[in-house]
Amino acid sequence: MSNHNEKYEALAQVIRDHREQKGALMPVLQAAQNIFGCVPLDVQEIIADGLGVTLSEVYGVATFYSQFSLQPKGEYVCGVCLGTACYVKGSQKVLDKLCSELGVEVGQTTKDGRFTVQATRCLGACGLAPVMMINDEVFGRLTPEDIPDILAKYRAS
Amino acid sequence: MEQMIPLTIDGVHVEVPAGTTVLEAARIAKVNIPTLCYLKDINETANCRLCVVDCGGRALQAACVLPVAPNMVVKTNTPAVRQARRINLELILSNHERKCLSCVRSQNCELQKLCLDLGVESGERFAGTQNEYEPDTTSASIVRNNNKCILCRRCVGACANVQKVGVIGPVRRGFKTAIESPWEMKLAEMACINCGQCITACPVGALTEADGTKDVWKALSDPTKHVVVQPAPAVRAALGEEFGMPMGTSVTGKMAAALRRLGFDKVFDTDFGADLTIMEEGTELIDRLNNGGVLPMITSCSPGWIKYCEHYYPEFIPNLSSCKSPHEMTGAMVKTYYAEKAGIDPQNIVVVSVMPCTAKKFEARRPELGRNGMADVDAVITTRELARMIKEAGIDFVNLPDEDFDSLMGESTGASVIFGVTGGVMEAALRTAYELITGKTLEDVNFTAVRGMEGIKEATVKVGDLDVNVAVCSSTGKASELLDAIKRGEKQYHFIEVMGCPGGCVNGGGQPIVPASVRNWTNVPAIRAKALYGEDEAKTLRKSHENPEIKQIYEEFLGKPNSHKAHMLLHTTYEQRDIYL
Repeated sequence: MSNHNEKYEALAQVIRDHREQKGALMPVLQAAQNIFGCVPLDVQEIIADGLGVTLSEVYGVATFYSQFSLQPKGEYVCGVCLGTACYVKGSQKVLDKLCSELGVEVGQTTKDGRFTVQATRCLGACGLAPVMMINDEVFGRLTPEDIPDILAKYRAS
Repeated sequence: MEQMIPLTIDGVHVEVPAGTTVLEAARIAKVNIPTLCYLKDINETANCRLCVVDCGGRALQAACVLPVAPNMVVKTNTPAVRQARRINLELILSNHERKCLSCVRSQNCELQKLCLDLGVESGERFAGTQNEYEPDTTSASIVRNNNKCILCRRCVGACANVQKVGVIGPVRRGFKTAIESPWEMKLAEMACINCGQCITACPVGALTEADGTKDVWKALSDPTKHVVVQPAPAVRAALGEEFGMPMGTSVTGKMAAALRRLGFDKVFDTDFGADLTIMEEGTELIDRLNNGGVLPMITSCSPGWIKYCEHYYPEFIPNLSSCKSPHEMTGAMVKTYYAEKAGIDPQNIVVVSVMPCTAKKFEARRPELGRNGMADVDAVITTRELARMIKEAGIDFVNLPDEDFDSLMGESTGASVIFGVTGGVMEAALRTAYELITGKTLEDVNFTAVRGMEGIKEATVKVGDLDVNVAVCSSTGKASELLDAIKRGEKQYHFIEVMGCPGGCVNGGGQPIVPASVRNWTNVPAIRAKALYGEDEAKTLRKSHENPEIKQIYEEFLGKPNSHKAHMLLHTTYEQRDIYL
């Protein structure tokens, strides 16, 4: 789905499929996030018009749930778990280190478009706490000191 | 028959219809449960948790949305309930900018009153980080200060549910939640209609009108300026509330006296402009009916409605009456007719309108409403702002004598005073149109079918041989329902009155703010409307075309209604506006 017009046509189809359904905003936003990799302003406007809801409502939902992003995500999405087990094992410090190494805040993407930092809910790997995922790869029992080496591997790739 | 549900509230046995909430049932048991986020029919989201009560279960429940159940035992005043309410209030207070001394809502702040009532002394218990926001002052009408926002969402309900505008809403989540426009846009960048229903919904000082009093004080103290004031019909039905007078008290005479004491050089009346509007708009309607003009014709007095139409229903722009709104008409006449007669350079005249409306502030800045770079109206202040000026000037409003408006544009008929309530413009127009079309005297001037607070009213009025189908609606949400029905071909009318605010101008966004504890249980616009219908009844002249000053202005200055001169000065144009700017 690399073609620009194809993406918008796919979005229009999703809107048509859900238009009459109550609570259509969530599934449409999820589909839009998958199609475009994010839900930017023009996409939100199309959704608002298509479903007959306000842009305020679309934007409110899109900023409430962390699975939606307003800007395109980076090549590598780094999600640090802030679930209870990871948090008590110090995942906040891991997350802080990740942010300072990449020079971004949580939810942001590096200027070169390579890394996005996210704080996630429980990833279901509490036995390995604190846990971080980069795309589909899991890193467990982390300390802040591990971060530079992990990032170096991805930077080199 | 409705099913009745028996229950006990604080030991008092009551029976209420099924579907009643515990909050409503408690009123019957003479128990006032405190509320903050609850605004009946507008915001029933149970997020402030101040109305919690003990119903015997594990957790306390929010009374505002809890339906009664048979034999429920409700306790509203236990130590646990009182403590929970206090803690919730303290948590809300902990992220509220407590600059109460300089807040326009001080003494009329629901948060302040709850703290007093529930014994919360300070916001210090949960002191910590507070969110800091830059107040949004981009709008000509409305200022949003999120530092004072308590996230109750009442404004969101008013904007999205009542008005079907929805330019503000909750964004982000948790501690970072704020009520904002999407994409960090400012209000002036949104398709906001400036109606101010968000302001009158706000329990605190997070939403206020854009202050116009400084400009007015400045003009009043400038000896080179000739400052002319004109209050709208609905102002006289509500201004007294700001001075502790009962709701529904008409204060026309005291208002005129107060304006004179504030130092205005001339105290004219927008009611005069309303009579003038009827002459122009009635004539326009007859012309459209007779000559195949665009129908239905829709009224253009309400600037909130006009901007709504321009953004959301531009296909109806040709249906809008080309008449300026009454205060703009008066302003145009002050700067031409009056200036000429009084021998004053219009450049030195400052026209101040006192309006029940915040949208009038935006309207007055429309470049098309004026000529030679001179606006018809220079400043607009709301009923609330006038009250503040009267208080600041130390005028003993309640004990003022009744005074009259100044002549030339101070005379008005009963038809004009009811402009301030939904259905009033329609009724006034029908009174005049009937006599102009049939040439006969209208025996009963009361068109009761278009009165009342229902959002949409319809009637068929016999005018000579013609059956005129009319509709009246108030709130832009209701207007949208009506226009959609017309678009679907379900409804056909000749003439429609639309007022942007529910109930009309008496309930405008610039009117005195009624706390939810009163508003939830009182039909505020209906009570204020009574004052206007009372004034109408008391007038000898109740048809706009009988106003002697109106006759005079056409004889001496305008010629005939819809004359070329009238068109140049009293009519306007509209423009399509985008929803996403």
